[in-house]
Amino acid sequence: MTTSLDTLDRLESEAIHVFREVAGEFDRPVILFSGGKDSTLLVHLAIKAFWPAPVPFPLLHVDTGHNFDEVIEFRDHVVARHGLRLEVARVQDYIDDGRLAERPDGTRNPLQTVPLLDAITSHRYDAVFGGGRRDEERARAKERIFSLRNSFGQWDPRRQRPELWNLYNGRHRPGEHVRVFPLSNWTELDVWNYVEREGVELPSIYYAHQREVYLRDGMLLAEGPWGTARDGEVLQRRTVRYRTVGDGSCTGAVESDASDITQVIAEVAASRLTERGATRADDRLSEAAMEDRKREGYF
Amino acid sequence: MSDLLRLATAGSVDDGKSTLVGRLLYDTKSVLADTLDAVTRASTDRGLSTPDLSLLVDGLRSEREQGITIDVAYRYFATPKRSFVLADTPGHVQYTRNTVTGASTAQLAILLVDARKGVIEQTRRHAAVLALLGVPRLVLAVNKIDLVGYDEAVFTRIAAEFTEHALALGHSPDSVVTIPVSALAGDNVVEKSARTPWYDGPTLLDHLEQVPVEPDPHDAPFRFPVQYVIRPRTPEFPDYRGYAGLVASGTVRVGDEVLVLPSGLRTTVERIDTRDGELPEAVAGQSVTLLLADDVDVSRGDLVASAALPPRVVDEFDATVCWLAEKPLSPGARVLVKYGARTVQAIVTELRARFDEQRLSSVDDPGSLRLNEIGRVVVRTAEPVPLDDYSSSRRTGAFLVIDAADGSTLAAGLVGAPLPVLDGVPSCTEGGSTAPTGTSPVADTDDRALVSPGP
Repeated sequence: MTTSLDTLDRLESEAIHVFREVAGEFDRPVILFSGGKDSTLLVHLAIKAFWPAPVPFPLLHVDTGHNFDEVIEFRDHVVARHGLRLEVARVQDYIDDGRLAERPDGTRNPLQTVPLLDAITSHRYDAVFGGGRRDEERARAKERIFSLRNSFGQWDPRRQRPELWNLYNGRHRPGEHVRVFPLSNWTELDVWNYVEREGVELPSIYYAHQREVYLRDGMLLAEGPWGTARDGEVLQRRTVRYRTVGDGSCTGAVESDASDITQVIAEVAASRLTERGATRADDRLSEAAMEDRKREGYF
Repeated sequence: MSDLLRLATAGSVDDGKSTLVGRLLYDTKSVLADTLDAVTRASTDRGLSTPDLSLLVDGLRSEREQGITIDVAYRYFATPKRSFVLADTPGHVQYTRNTVTGASTAQLAILLVDARKGVIEQTRRHAAVLALLGVPRLVLAVNKIDLVGYDEAVFTRIAAEFTEHALALGHSPDSVVTIPVSALAGDNVVEKSARTPWYDGPTLLDHLEQVPVEPDPHDAPFRFPVQYVIRPRTPEFPDYRGYAGLVASGTVRVGDEVLVLPSGLRTTVERIDTRDGELPEAVAGQSVTLLLADDVDVSRGDLVASAALPPRVVDEFDATVCWLAEKPLSPGARVLVKYGARTVQAIVTELRARFDEQRLSSVDDPGSLRLNEIGRVVVRTAEPVPLDDYSSSRRTGAFLVIDAADGSTLAAGLVGAPLPVLDGVPSCTEGGSTAPTGTSPVADTDDRALVSPGP
């Protein structure tokens, strides 16, 4: 018998290798977990990496307060089902006591950076797992799997360590930490193919459903605590699904009839738009929107 | 045939590398509409009449402003025949370290030259780095062929000069392919060009889709660096003790006799575990958990290896280093060496030679090694380490040199002398402890064939 590994086997093994390397070299790792598909995959892979032992690190959710109910329910369901430990850092707390101010456009995605960095400092996390993929965006394409951040959490693309073979250098000085991206080499299609193969459970909003939405800047936004249709914008009931899940104020739905995993894979494979381009207002702000947020300490 | 090819690009500034990668993405329809819209808008803003395809890959603000590529970027594209992971590495001389990064995991490299300039210093350096790192296949893309009037003589001269250089570096003739292209006009990248009727070889994409990819050699000696000890101590698994890691080379089967190194304890593999169930065997590239028959002392950093073909265990060894830091290397430097899953203290006791990649010769006793220089050194470690030669294993013959003070990565290290041109340097006598089983190196180090890919 000869075992042969396909693309998904290789990606899975690489991610598990990364998880184990961090567990072996760091004192206080944490997994960023929002309930979205990429961070759900991180949790799935972490469980596989350490089975039959429990996952040796907690989860951290940086909560913008602009959530989809289905996603928060799912987040809590995953935590309970696998006996995990969840910390939550709330943007709302920062707005309530004046440490952060609401932006004029109402989006809270960029506001996550400060609570994230505060949580890293106060819990003394030294390795922070994120679900970022290099295929998402061209600044992310330059990201390492182990990405050193200074004590301000900043990413300096010119001073990145060379990443050689699969030998990861996790050394850091006190106050510095390392962001770790086990899904670096996955594409959106790989994620969905793997979700199908492994039967990974995801929040229902990734599949087609009926929702009241309105059109703004070419995106279908849902109403929620972040606001609703303005004058001239019409709330309509449409069949939609989400390709990404982020802050509700800037995450758009796409019109879709893909109600199960097979249909989603067919849709993603045929899509002519990137997942962030189709659904994320925060990345449309400028040519370098993601780069600027990453330099400030964003995921 | 493998469904995944990992490749790297290398070239000098202004050879049009980003444009070539952009062209590959564009012509394979890997660029989605919104990305293309953004590039078209940005090109119009810059006063261009057609989309500047290099903007597809130059992701950082300063890259777009300066029209250069600063850092290695990873690209993903697929055709019905294969998926590709492409490491796009910058051509600036000060950024050669990125070429080393891209090449360390590549199964094929595309080297670009400008048809008007031919083979230049950077081309020779890059070819040497690619050969040193054991990239098994090379493509020379002679770009901007449109700017020399699609002249066959120009192409033939460059191809011959490059091929000679590549063969001198140890590549076999069938592992080097040269293709005349224009990334800007699209000639021979994805579509065969009518303007080069004298060229009857494949287009670049045809070649990438068809080139044989050597799989991880399953018949290589088994190597398994232990990353983590899994001890649940739960009611369900009170006594479970598993050794988690990724098979670095070879194959392991239940019942195989193995050694735990550096201690040299001998035991057998009792079980191969995963979350999805037990396996009868595991192969290179696979993450698994091994359970061993005897209650031996194994911890993170140990190497589980084939008992029949173990690596040698030494505390002093010859190595080649690509120096990647501003701070130069001087003999006597105290550093950390990370190999497999272990980091040990080490001293670079001798700097024996610096490699001159222009003349393909070596300079003895250079005194120091600076950024981007390649040298032959002797390393002494604080404890015995199990090592293979890089020329027999890209996985277990590689190491990092790390600055003990600030943690930065100083160099890419390769055990032994993977480039034949450095052979003139007398070899150091390996000192220190010998392998507990008294074994010899597993592979013939005279075998200069480029090694097969690790990743």
